[in-house]
Amino acid sequence: MEISTAVFYLIALITVGSAAVVTFSRNIIYSAFSLLGTFAGVAGLYIFLGADFVAGVQLLIYVGGILVLILFAVMLTHRITDVEITNRAAGRIPALVIVGVFLALLIQTVRETPWVKVKEVAYQPTTAKIGDLFLENYLLPFELASLVLLAAMIGAVVLSRKEIKE
Amino acid sequence: MQAYLDQLIQGGAFAGMPREVVYAIGMLLAAFIVLSAFVAPLAGVTSWLERRVWARMQSRVGPNRVGPQGILQWLADGIKNLLKEDIIPTAADKKLFSLAPYIVFMGFLCAFVVIPFGGHLIVADLNIGILYILAVTSLVVVGILMAGWASNNKWSLLGGMRSAAQIISYEIPAGVSVLMIVFLAGTLSMQGIIKGQGWAPWDWYLFHNPFTFAGFFLYFTAALAEGNRTPFDIPEAESELVAGYVTEYSGMRFLFFFFAEWGNLYVIGAVATTLFLGGWQVPPLAIFENSPMLLAVAQFVTFFLKAYLWVFVAMWIRATLPRVRVDQLMSLCWKYMVPLSFICLLGTVAFMFVPADGQRITSAAMFGLGVAITIIFFLRVGFQIRQAKPELYFKPHI
Repeated sequence: MEISTAVFYLIALITVGSAAVVTFSRNIIYSAFSLLGTFAGVAGLYIFLGADFVAGVQLLIYVGGILVLILFAVMLTHRITDVEITNRAAGRIPALVIVGVFLALLIQTVRETPWVKVKEVAYQPTTAKIGDLFLENYLLPFELASLVLLAAMIGAVVLSRKEIKE
Repeated sequence: MQAYLDQLIQGGAFAGMPREVVYAIGMLLAAFIVLSAFVAPLAGVTSWLERRVWARMQSRVGPNRVGPQGILQWLADGIKNLLKEDIIPTAADKKLFSLAPYIVFMGFLCAFVVIPFGGHLIVADLNIGILYILAVTSLVVVGILMAGWASNNKWSLLGGMRSAAQIISYEIPAGVSVLMIVFLAGTLSMQGIIKGQGWAPWDWYLFHNPFTFAGFFLYFTAALAEGNRTPFDIPEAESELVAGYVTEYSGMRFLFFFFAEWGNLYVIGAVATTLFLGGWQVPPLAIFENSPMLLAVAQFVTFFLKAYLWVFVAMWIRATLPRVRVDQLMSLCWKYMVPLSFICLLGTVAFMFVPADGQRITSAAMFGLGVAITIIFFLRVGFQIRQAKPELYFKPHI
């Protein structure tokens, strides 16, 4: 077996393994910290696909931003040690249905996609091309996403603002 | 690095070995050399020099017993910490408590992959160099939060939370300052950014226009805050939090955190040098024409000295400034540095439309301003030293 294949399986194992810990751990802090392995593993998979910029941004945004926010939320939760199991309200049967549908969708995607094995991956600089595409073909989705983020930011400011009574 | 390995493979140095195995061994070897021959002595000597410089600035002596001038103090500290018992508190979360120092250490050590010590002296010149540094250093936050939580100690938790809040806040002005230079250079690669500058100070991005000049100070301040350095070291404020997130750590695990802190100082200096101060660029002298070895040494020395100057400035700041309060820290970041960095970014973008002649004149003017500021600063320091009422003790070593 080639080394790169072995490394690929190692990264895949880390990703799936930590995702499993996120899901099955009874301790919510362990779940939160295991996300580190999942996010970093996904960044590793991006590198295997030759998407270096996406991998860097994945680490920067998901580990540096979102994971830290999740950790903050978990640590600031009241009586964190009492949390026995997460949400039970939804019930098992609806959850099973959703998981089944999602799994079928994934399998269908995997079977429909024409997979090509690239002989030698060329690590081209992708950053400039991504920027060009954002400002040419995908300008509207890009601007819409910015607008949604701006709205979310204003919402957060409004929610966290203290009301001053005259 | 890869080019060098390819050359060796072409030369038949590893006959019969698959190319990937050679690459893998090369990578491991490079990591080992960087860690043991460069980072470890660097962080160690910095720790000694910091205590020594700091002591001199405050009219004390500092560590001077181990070796000449105490220069081997860091080895003694390292051995002492290795021999100490590795204490894990009973109430601590054992797994996370043991894991946290490694994550912090990994986050800082990964940055050394893309630091360009010379024209060819770089482990890997990634296409996304500077973005990669920003990305891997964000691992440090997770490690610090982990340490703070797993210690099961109020002070540790508070220190960890403060540190994380501080790092993710100051990442924004630092990131925007970096973006300014990326706009000017048109690339994220570290070598590409250096090649966009020249050896002469007026060719550096620092003096490119008034906005990058301000951006450099924004970057340096934000980087100090990200590295938990005084005046932004409230996560470890001794007067409030014992030692913050390292309170419960002892022995080698404790050392890992401080290893990362001192090593990180050098990373800050190296990134500032790469982005603003022309990196390893040396004047094209005749003696470099024929000997690439001499050129490599000159480049390494130039880069190292430029980067270490900022380590020294950070020590200097630590010895002189008091620490800021938490609310002051947050208002400094969000109310002043973030808007200022955005103004600088827009200014830089606007400045890119100025014709080349105008840009050259501005660079020369900014360089003149920089020289003037330095001269005034040293005159002022000299005046203070001459006018100081208490007898100053100038003997450089005891």
